[in-house]
Amino acid sequence: MTLDLSLLPDGGMPWITASGAHADIVLSSRVRLARNVAGFAFSPRARDGERLRVLQQVREAAQHTESLSHAVLLRVDEMTANERRLLHERHLVSRELAELDTPNARSGSAVLVGNEAALMVNEEDHLRLQVFRSGFDIGGAWERAARADRELGERLPLAFHREFGFLTSCPTNVGTGLRASVLVHLPGLVLTQEIGKVLTGLQQMGLTYRGLYGEGSEVVGNFFQISNQTTLGRSEDELCDHLARVVSHVISREEEARRVLIRDAGYIIEDKLWRAYGTLRYARSLGVDEAMNLLSGVRLAVGLKLVGGLSVYTLNKLLVFSQLGHLSLAEGRALTESEASLARARYVRGVLAGEAGSA
Amino acid sequence: MLCDHCKERDAVVHLTQIVENAVTQLHLCEKCAAAKGIETTIAMPKHPLGEFLHAVQQQASPSAGDQVRCAYCDTTLRDFRTSGRLGCAQCYTAFEGALRELLRRVQGGTRHAGREYVPPVAVGTERDATLEALRSRLQQAVVDEEFESAAALRDQIRALE
Repeated sequence: MTLDLSLLPDGGMPWITASGAHADIVLSSRVRLARNVAGFAFSPRARDGERLRVLQQVREAAQHTESLSHAVLLRVDEMTANERRLLHERHLVSRELAELDTPNARSGSAVLVGNEAALMVNEEDHLRLQVFRSGFDIGGAWERAARADRELGERLPLAFHREFGFLTSCPTNVGTGLRASVLVHLPGLVLTQEIGKVLTGLQQMGLTYRGLYGEGSEVVGNFFQISNQTTLGRSEDELCDHLARVVSHVISREEEARRVLIRDAGYIIEDKLWRAYGTLRYARSLGVDEAMNLLSGVRLAVGLKLVGGLSVYTLNKLLVFSQLGHLSLAEGRALTESEASLARARYVRGVLAGEAGSA
Repeated sequence: MLCDHCKERDAVVHLTQIVENAVTQLHLCEKCAAAKGIETTIAMPKHPLGEFLHAVQQQASPSAGDQVRCAYCDTTLRDFRTSGRLGCAQCYTAFEGALRELLRRVQGGTRHAGREYVPPVAVGTERDATLEALRSRLQQAVVDEEFESAAALRDQIRALE
């Protein structure tokens, strides 16, 4: 099969528009629910036949929901490695489901992409329902995820235990199965060296953080994904409200750090950020981490209104489309890392030339 | 309290040593402790799964209990301790004791406080099929005098009923 990303509603990235609250600091808010279909072994333990039966049941159930009836089904198990990479770069498929290092993903691996929600099938759990929202909107994400979850649960028998709640492959997800996360850009706190305190504080508040691509990914470009650590013992509303309260505090700390930077080191910051812009605008080769860090600088410059004429939407697009899978797609062939560095620089130059930044 | 070694900096590492039945207390500053090769910081696993596996491995050392097997999917408690993944929903019943202890450590409790769920009516047939399969395996286990797995099966049937 050939993957046609244009078929996906919003390209599968409703968050990219930067239309939500605090979009210059918060890229996206996400709620993920882990569920398993009763009567089958969990996906990693299930035989291929069982995994395919799970997929079949999920498809049938999804057709009868409002949230997913018009969703596009993508068979991850029929995709090339680069196609899987593309979906991973769009946050639609986790690293685990994408199995980037193998020629073929396991039978029954799939993702359903709808207008509001996306549903991974046969990941670590049979179902991983995800709702992404632009900017800071955990409440909106939870509301939509809850609706899709209720609709699916009315059709599919889910594994549920009276004491432990929704049963999951890994006990770190059991109970609500809910992981709410907010992807934030915190260069101000990093530059003022306040970030250590903030991150320690998060852990004391029962939250945790990871990099741009979730579990196992490094923090680059000052992007932090903040999420709840535990899933059992508190209600979904409590988990979401707690995260939202803490993140709202982190956003004010970031805004305060930015004010301090401009007040105390205005010209140094301005110089640093314009240099980042200059490099992106004219470099002939850009590594992936380098591009990420420079884009972080330009993002801060746009947030501080130092650079005009560039939208946050463009910056979001650059983050996704400057990655290996997307560059390979644009070039029509699988690129090596060094070829990708040249293609990345060319792509970024092109976009920035079209949307020239001005002082 | 000052460091026993340099007598300059505050002692932050308190070490109890037992040498030939004699107990000595050593109070060191971070620098002297490091010089003596005493690890003062425990490497913090960065991801929840890492922390979780850390907790799993810290739990009771390998024991006879590790051989406990889920009668439905064949996963053993040892498999779970190695991979951090359970094989199926029935594993939660088969390994209930160990899991309860683990959940208290990594989740801070064991009682679900979120959304209640009632499966669709059709689930009855699914459950009946599972029950039927488990009952026939129980009969076979009794015939074969495999009393340990028979007991596990009986528990699972009770849980489902």
